[in-house]
Amino acid sequence: MVHRYFPHTSADIAEMLKRCGMESLDDLYSDVPDSLKLKRNYDLKPQMSEKVVRDFFEELAVKNQPLTCFAGAGFYDHYSPAVVQSILSRSEFLTAYTPYQPEISQGTLQYIFEYQSMMTQLTGMEVSNASMYDGTTAVAEAMLMAVAHARKRNRVLVSATVNPIYREVIDTYAHYHGVTVDTIPEKDGVTDVAVMEEMLNAGDVAGVIVATPNYYGILEDYTGFADKIHAAKALLIMTAPASALGVIRTPGEWGADIAAGEAQSLGMPLNFGGPYLGYMCCSKALIRKLPGRIVGATTDADGRRVFVLTLQAREQHIRRDKATSNICSNQGLMALYAAVYLSLMGAKGLREVNEISAAGAHYLAKRLVETGAFELKYPDKPFLNEFTVKFRGEVKLIDFMEVCTSCGCLPGVMLADDELLVCVTETRTREEIDRYIWRAETFSKATLPSFAENKNIND
Amino acid sequence: MNKKYYGKLIFELSRPGRQGYYLSKNGCDDALDSLPANLLRENAPELPEVDEPSVVRHYNNMSDNNFGVDTGFYPLGSCTMKYNPKINEEMASLPAFSILHPFQPSATVQGALEAYYELQKMLSEIGGMAEFTLNPYAGAHGELTGLMVIRAYHESRGDLKRTKVIVPDSAHGTNPASAAVAGLKVVEVKSLADGTVDVEALRALLDDTVAAVMMTNPNTVGIFEHNIPEIAEIVHECGALLYYDGANLNPLLGVARPGDMGFDVMHINLHKTFSTPHGGGGPGAGPVGVRAGLEKFLPNPRVVRRQPGGGDALFELDFGTEKGPNALGRISAWLGNFAVELKALAYILSLGADGLKMAGPLATLNANYVKECLRDLYLLPIDRVCKHEFVFDGLADKSTGVTTLNVAKRLLDYGFHAPTIYFPLLFHESLMIEPTETESKETLDEFIGVMREIAREAAEDPETVKAAPLETPIRKPDDTAAALNPVVTYAEL
Amino acid sequence: MSKTYYSPTHEYITVDGNVGYIGISDYAQHALGNVVYVDMPEEGDEIEAGEDFGAVESVKAASDLIAPVSGEVLEANEKLADNPRLINEDAMANWIIKVELSDLSQLDSLMDEEAYKAHCEAEK
Repeated sequence: MVHRYFPHTSADIAEMLKRCGMESLDDLYSDVPDSLKLKRNYDLKPQMSEKVVRDFFEELAVKNQPLTCFAGAGFYDHYSPAVVQSILSRSEFLTAYTPYQPEISQGTLQYIFEYQSMMTQLTGMEVSNASMYDGTTAVAEAMLMAVAHARKRNRVLVSATVNPIYREVIDTYAHYHGVTVDTIPEKDGVTDVAVMEEMLNAGDVAGVIVATPNYYGILEDYTGFADKIHAAKALLIMTAPASALGVIRTPGEWGADIAAGEAQSLGMPLNFGGPYLGYMCCSKALIRKLPGRIVGATTDADGRRVFVLTLQAREQHIRRDKATSNICSNQGLMALYAAVYLSLMGAKGLREVNEISAAGAHYLAKRLVETGAFELKYPDKPFLNEFTVKFRGEVKLIDFMEVCTSCGCLPGVMLADDELLVCVTETRTREEIDRYIWRAETFSKATLPSFAENKNIND
Repeated sequence: MNKKYYGKLIFELSRPGRQGYYLSKNGCDDALDSLPANLLRENAPELPEVDEPSVVRHYNNMSDNNFGVDTGFYPLGSCTMKYNPKINEEMASLPAFSILHPFQPSATVQGALEAYYELQKMLSEIGGMAEFTLNPYAGAHGELTGLMVIRAYHESRGDLKRTKVIVPDSAHGTNPASAAVAGLKVVEVKSLADGTVDVEALRALLDDTVAAVMMTNPNTVGIFEHNIPEIAEIVHECGALLYYDGANLNPLLGVARPGDMGFDVMHINLHKTFSTPHGGGGPGAGPVGVRAGLEKFLPNPRVVRRQPGGGDALFELDFGTEKGPNALGRISAWLGNFAVELKALAYILSLGADGLKMAGPLATLNANYVKECLRDLYLLPIDRVCKHEFVFDGLADKSTGVTTLNVAKRLLDYGFHAPTIYFPLLFHESLMIEPTETESKETLDEFIGVMREIAREAAEDPETVKAAPLETPIRKPDDTAAALNPVVTYAEL
Repeated sequence: MSKTYYSPTHEYITVDGNVGYIGISDYAQHALGNVVYVDMPEEGDEIEAGEDFGAVESVKAASDLIAPVSGEVLEANEKLADNPRLINEDAMANWIIKVELSDLSQLDSLMDEEAYKAHCEAEK
């Protein structure tokens, strides 16, 4: 058969087989026991033309319903500039292998170096690796790093205010790696520092994991945390959405030893969960325990400043079972995404993204409370662009969610039967926000049919 | 590729006051200033200030110093650098998928869930497994997940003493590293002279403390482990599970299935066998498949298909029994690198059953052809029919002093990527070559010609080969200086 | 009077009373190439004969340090943290850790210089 991806003509095949001293393609598998051979075609459709492939995807596509996004919970609907996608589709970047041959991979090595530089600026840390798969695995690996650093202590404390999805991944890694994970309880939406101190005093703690903003959107005040944690010889691991780090106090400023988290908020498409981008930064003293790839600057034979993968002796292909981590790639192209996005936005643009998002979120929060349908769950706590509300309407929150969805809007993420986590980014227009408010106002008092009849509520 | 080195950093193009964006405001009152000052950062991050055209030119110039599959041939062993079809990219970036938030209600993402379900079904058919999870983000992540599945299985039976995993000495470095992260102790089993696992040595290592045996088949020297039925039998007899490292699945497409060989758990690298681009190191995807009976140990969430009352199919997310005894828990934020999964789906549809059936044999033909055309000049330590790749132990003529590293670097001068070198560790001068099925006979002949020319140069003018590369954008970077005094950010330059 | 012993994994220990200086042999530093980093234990750590207590890294290789004897670490050679290449310059002079031996009889299973030379020859 002929396929557009295979260059072989039957004459080529015949000639190549002859050179190998064989008569048929089957001869190439003479070493495979006959009992193991698949003697039928796969139970799959025959090859498709590009047109039919396209139709297949279009058919699936119409089964998805795009929603105006007021959901966050770790994944944010920020704007993605056209330039980024254009550069990512350069096949020299897209179709390159890992930069093991620096002489013909300076493009990849250079953008990773830029990415590392930018991430250290955002997190306020000294060094960064070339990236991790996503935020959840980055934090789980930070936990392993803390345990490796502590040598004999293998207990890690995680604040109850950390995103529960992160916590689940941490728990999975910890369970199999033999790490004990204990929860620092929350008090009024923030980490209970008094209990943390008791837990630290009990000893054996290798690291403490906290989030900023936390899962409820609250900007916690971590004053004094680093000192207490360091006094117990443990490491402070802090996670934050990368975009927010353009304005909020950084892990470095809080005295963290490791900053690890999700960088999807740097304009990356939501893509139903991935690919995203995990970041991992730390103090220079910990660089040898930092997992993954690291790019460093050096000089070449002609004295030029060039870039190479460095500190490779830490990695799995050399250390095998002694390596800090089993990771052997990074999230290459997504690191390029972050570098190009941050090049376009700069510090000023990133600040504006946060300003517009926060302005929208505070406006929405205030107006939702004014409708009488909602109240803020933590009215005294500062937040950036995400907040938690309690539903006080006469119907159920789940019904409000369904009505919003049918109007083309995702109003947030439900944390409990009557609690909603709401997020506003710079991509939400005033009209969209006002329609949300109107829906809350009307629906909390109305019955379902009379609400659905109104024509002006759809996004 | 441009042979002239570009070398600038975006920070060096920065000028105060330039900007590469414009954002529309939403007309709401500023809220940032009302936040407590100690919760905000003191100084703005030092990021570049650059206009849009300069950003575009900068990254395009940079990309010109890169080699990619679209530029040239990658004979890179164990990496399966095949052509990455363009339609895959387009399908993966359809807005109807790319704008979906993971927490949208299931009813609003039926197309996305169906795509996931369809791909996992297809991989199950190709792997001969009962079910796949697509959640792992990369091959190494798949290995780790697979080993966790195995540990969860043993734990569910109350069999807690199985703490060892056996890997062949020819295994990829990730195998032992993944085992260690999964809390397992690694034991190596020796290979025989023909590169296959020594079954007797393996038998001697098997007991009731072994959780799993990890195998790559064909193995890292490109040889099919023909004793696999016997290996599966003795591994299962001792109560352990057999793990299939899918790094080398490509030559078996259309020919044989890991499930039929007795493997219990496997992973697949979508960025190798199923043509999704490597992206300079990611994002990839490492789906994990299990045989019937092990499905309940797969990580959360799973996508399940229901057909209530025989009506339309409905796809739902299954989070397992919360903290139940069998649930592995979560190993990723959501359903893995979803856009990468869409690319693999487009590839499988494009090839179809008939196309996939040819992919394995053509990859194997290409490898054997290159091997036969070079074996007189390069040392072939294992002389058997190979699968998708094979290993030379450097040049046949050892008197020239030209090493595998020299040959690899000289290839760069001739416009080819280097093969995988100094792996597997079984030989001193390993040079591992994998030409995939998307390379034409003309490309292979050109490569063979260059390899022969390098062998000639090594004999007649060894100094030139040792000095290589001579014509690449940069030459011989100082790795020692980079590692002695790591400079990893612009601020440190 | 000090005496030097060697292990089959190329560590040496120079013993004076019950205090020993452990490093890697000249043969080992040659095989490894340019040393770029030495991972060392801390003062007060216990080491156990046959178990690894650190690693020596070159650019593209790493070698575990296997303790030739058991004991307590009295000192790690901080000079190596700043300049790991001292090991290449003089491996015997630049020891990695100073230990207090807990069981002097463990020295009996190690090699003297002559036996070690033969061991290296056999490995080549």
